[in-house]
This record gives sequence, C-alpha cells and structure tokens, in this order.
Amino acid sequence: MNTAVATAVPARPPGFWQRATANRGFMIGAVLTLALVATAALSLVWTPYSPYEMNIPGKLQPPSAAHWLGTDAFGRDVASLLLMGARASIMVGVIAVSIGLVIGTAFGLLAAARRGWVEEVIMRLADFGFAFPAILSAIMLTAVFGAGMVNAIIAIGIYNIPTFARITRASANTIWSREFVLAARACGKGSFSITVEHVLPNIMSVLIVQATIRFAIAILAEAALSYLGLGTQPPQPSWGRMLSEAQTLLFQAPLLAVFPGVAIALAVLGLNLLGDGLRDLLDPRLARKR
Amino acid sequence: MSVFLFKRLITLIATLIGASIVIFLVLEILPGNAAQILMGPDASPDAVQALAIKLGIDRPPLERYWNWVSGMLTGNLGLSYAYSTPVNELVLERLALTVPLALMAMAITTVLALVAGIYAAANHNKPGDVGLMALTQIGIAIPNFWFAILLILLFSVKLGWFSAGGFEGWDEGILQGLKALLLPAIALAFVQSAILARITRSAVLDVLREDFVRTARAKGASQRRTLWGHVLRNALIPVITVMGLQFAELLAGTIVVESVFYLPGLGRLIFQSISNRDLIVVRNCVMLLAAMVVIVNFVVDVLYSVIDPRVKASDI
Repeated sequence: MNTAVATAVPARPPGFWQRATANRGFMIGAVLTLALVATAALSLVWTPYSPYEMNIPGKLQPPSAAHWLGTDAFGRDVASLLLMGARASIMVGVIAVSIGLVIGTAFGLLAAARRGWVEEVIMRLADFGFAFPAILSAIMLTAVFGAGMVNAIIAIGIYNIPTFARITRASANTIWSREFVLAARACGKGSFSITVEHVLPNIMSVLIVQATIRFAIAILAEAALSYLGLGTQPPQPSWGRMLSEAQTLLFQAPLLAVFPGVAIALAVLGLNLLGDGLRDLLDPRLARKR
Repeated sequence: MSVFLFKRLITLIATLIGASIVIFLVLEILPGNAAQILMGPDASPDAVQALAIKLGIDRPPLERYWNWVSGMLTGNLGLSYAYSTPVNELVLERLALTVPLALMAMAITTVLALVAGIYAAANHNKPGDVGLMALTQIGIAIPNFWFAILLILLFSVKLGWFSAGGFEGWDEGILQGLKALLLPAIALAFVQSAILARITRSAVLDVLREDFVRTARAKGASQRRTLWGHVLRNALIPVITVMGLQFAELLAGTIVVESVFYLPGLGRLIFQSISNRDLIVVRNCVMLLAAMVVIVNFVVDVLYSVIDPRVKASDI
C-alpha cells in the first residue's frame, strides 16, 4: 500500500509575462505597436530613397522591385514617405498625449485631494472642454496662427486634458477612500505626500492604459488634421497629407490612396489592442467582466 | 420645472457663456488687429482704420463681445468680409446640408450598432459574436476620411453608382439630395457604429446577467420577449449616453468628410473662411458647432433621466 501523502501545493498564479503571452489581442497589439516604433526609428537612419527627392519622369510608377510601393505624383518613393510619416505620427501622438497626461492628471489629482468647490470647478471645466472636439480647437488655432504641426499638437493636447482629468479624479477618489490612505493620514502625512506616495502609484496602470488608447486617437486626429491641411506641412511627409494628395489621383493611381490608410489603420489597431490587453493584464477584474 | 432640469439648464447656459468667451478671446482678441489681418501687411493705415470702423472692431472688447452675443440672440451675426453677405444667411444655407448629413449618419449608426450589438450579445462567444467584434475593432481603427475615399474608389470609380462628390442642392429633389449624402453618411457612420455596437453588446450582456431577467425567463417569457421587452430598455441607458458623445464626434467628422466629398456644408465654409481670413465667419461657425455639441449633451442628460428615473432622484 502506498503510504505517500500527496502534499497539496497551491498552484502559483501565472506571472505577468505568462498572462501576456496567453493574451492574443495584447500580443498582436504589441507586435503592431513595436512595428510602428521600429518603422519610425528606422526612418531616422535609413529610407530606401530620400522622401524629399522629386523625380517627375518617374512619377506614378506601380509597385516594383525598385519602388516597393510605387511612386507618387512627384516621383517620390511611397515606401520612404510612409516610413517618414510614421515618425510624424509618433511625434504628434507622444507630445499631445503627454500634454493631456501631465496637465489632466495634475488637475484630476488636485480635484480628488481637495474635494469641495475645487473639485466642482475642475470637473465643470472638464465638462466644458468636451464642447471643443480637437478639430474645433485646431480650426481656431489655425485661423489665428496659421496651419502647422505645433498647432495640431497643441489642439490634440488640449482635447486630451479633460479626459485625463476625469479618469484621474475618478480613480484617485477610490484610492483616497482606502484604509491605507487613512493610515497614512493618521501618521500625519499631508495631502501632497499622500498623492505622490500612495495615490499616483496606485492609479498608474489606469493612466498607462488610457495613454495608450489616447495615443491611437491622437494618431487619427493628426491624420485628419493633416488631410485637411491643418497639421503637418510640406515637405515633411505625413500619412494624412499623403491621402489628401492621393485623392486627386484616384482614377490614375488608386493604390496611392490605399497604403497610407492601411498604415494609419494598423497603427491605431495595434495601439487599441495593446491598450485593451494592458487593461486586462493590469486589472484582471475588468477582464472577467468583459 | 423639476430641480433636475433647472440645474441642467443652468449648467447648459454657463457652458455656452464660457464657450463664447473662449471663442471670443481666441478669435477676436488674440489675433490683434483683425482689420490688418484681413487686408494684409501692405494695406495703408487709413484703409485698415476704415475697415476696423466698418467691422466695429475699433470698439472696446467688452462692447464688441456684448454686441456679438446680443447679435446671436437676435439672429444678427454681422457681415462676412469675404462674401459681403450676412453671416446668418451663409450659415443657414450651409446648415441645410450639414444637419441632414449628421442626422443621416446618426440614424445609420444607431441601426447598425443596435442590430450588431444585440445580435453579438444574444450569441455571446459564438462565431457570430467573435466575428462582429473583430470587425468593430477594425472599424474603430479606420479613419473616417480614408473610409470615405475607399467608398469613392469602389462606388464611384469602379462601379460608377454614385458621383465622387458635390451636391446639387435640395431643389434637384429630395431623393437626389439624399443620394448625394448617402456615401458621406455611411463613411461617418461606419466608425461610430463600430464603437456603439461594442457598447451596446456590453450593456446588453450586463443586463442579461441581472436577476429580473432570470425571473422573466423562469416565468416562461421567451428569449426574444425578454430581450426586447426587458433587457433593451435597461441596456439603452449607457448606449444613449455614448450616442450623445458620438454626435459631437459626428459633427466634427462632417467637417472632414465634407472636404472628402466636396460638399458645400459648414465645414467647407469654415475652411474657405480660414483661407479668406474671414474671422467673423469662423468665430460664428465654431460657436455654432460648440453650441450644438453642448445642447445635444444637455438633451442626452434629460433623456437619460426619462429612461432611468433613478438618475433624477439621485441628483436631487
């Protein structure tokens, strides 16, 4: 008779990376986002041709071994323009989201820490911010200062502030009601120390997820503004402007209108999947609810 | 009037006043001498002064702001510099295109999203649900102006069923007008319906897990009756909230999509006015769009309390 007693060892919960590799959406999103970043980084050191070099005799060529995605109306290599366009998208996305993240989070944290009329004023201002979609802010800035990438970044950044303020305040309020915050107060810590040492680290995952999703929205907004001529200006290549130029050549070169759109869609899809995946991984309770 | 409605109305008015102040500061005070901007740097000082008097911009800022606001309330928005036409006439003419376009897009969005969202929830985790959710994920990632270009490529360039753009006006017949707006409305609706379908699915799934749904099923109500009779009304609350926010996105989207289809709507008027440095038109159009966004959100808040009376009760 076997007398060995099987000891019940509780199974170790899977770690972050194990759960990450098992999450298909996260992995697809991570690969697409890495590809976007790698593309933009590559364009810093190498592009197949100069994206600024025009070659009128070689205009509107179909995809070939020499020009993988063909050439545009000025004979510029489309693959090189797409590589450079990724850089513009990332730059606008990073700066615009940072503006929203820093200012919006600061206001959200202040609202949660102070409560009362301060919270009321900040939240009403955030509500007010929703009256101005990014494109309206961009129109106003363009009407006064002229079109350009900086104005597009400011407009998209302003548009992001109310969202970050609302999300930060809602998440921070939950942390402020937790017992460990009460304990910190009992130890004599002030609002600022509690915010920096306890509240901010605990809402970081929510902010990271939101920043990823807002990055995707910023890329879409930048493309739309550049398409309208309010964003990135020539000769700097941008996906939105490539589409605007391609639209005039739909009958002669329809493919020119396809590649930049696919690039935008893949970048946005990647960031959205990454954001959804991160949310599932950082807050498994939400994943179970979905 | 209930306290709820009164409080919402006060917030609405305060937001509109705030928006008008921001717009006035950015488009009237920040640029400096608007007459100089309109006439260019080479204009003579006398001509600039004459134009400033004609446009009323030689007056103190507070007086100008008050004139503008009272003008909006009485329907007198001033004279366009570029068109020499009253701004309200210009705007009304363009709204005759932009409003039907936004409404058509909202109607298509609602139908597509509700059908897809309810179907996906009723078939939770089955291939139909998985396929639809994958499609919505792609829909959310596609820029509406690119989708508009793809629609032109397919239906105008390849199939020749629709014109690639332009609008003959409603005088040519309502059907002709609606046909001209159909592709732009679909382009606007596709992305928004992808977002709304996901919200609808998740809201319906949440309600399906409620006890009262189980009770209804236990009492012998069919799945179809439970879904349409009990689940949908409760699931509509978050759906309507998102629809309100989406209307703002749709209005912003019309500006872009009008450019793709060369439609003479409010968006095109704004861009033409920016090129003409006609700030008075830009200012009024931006105010109008911001007001539409704020008013739609107010209506959503009120609708929200009609559908779910708990909202009103908790607010008081």
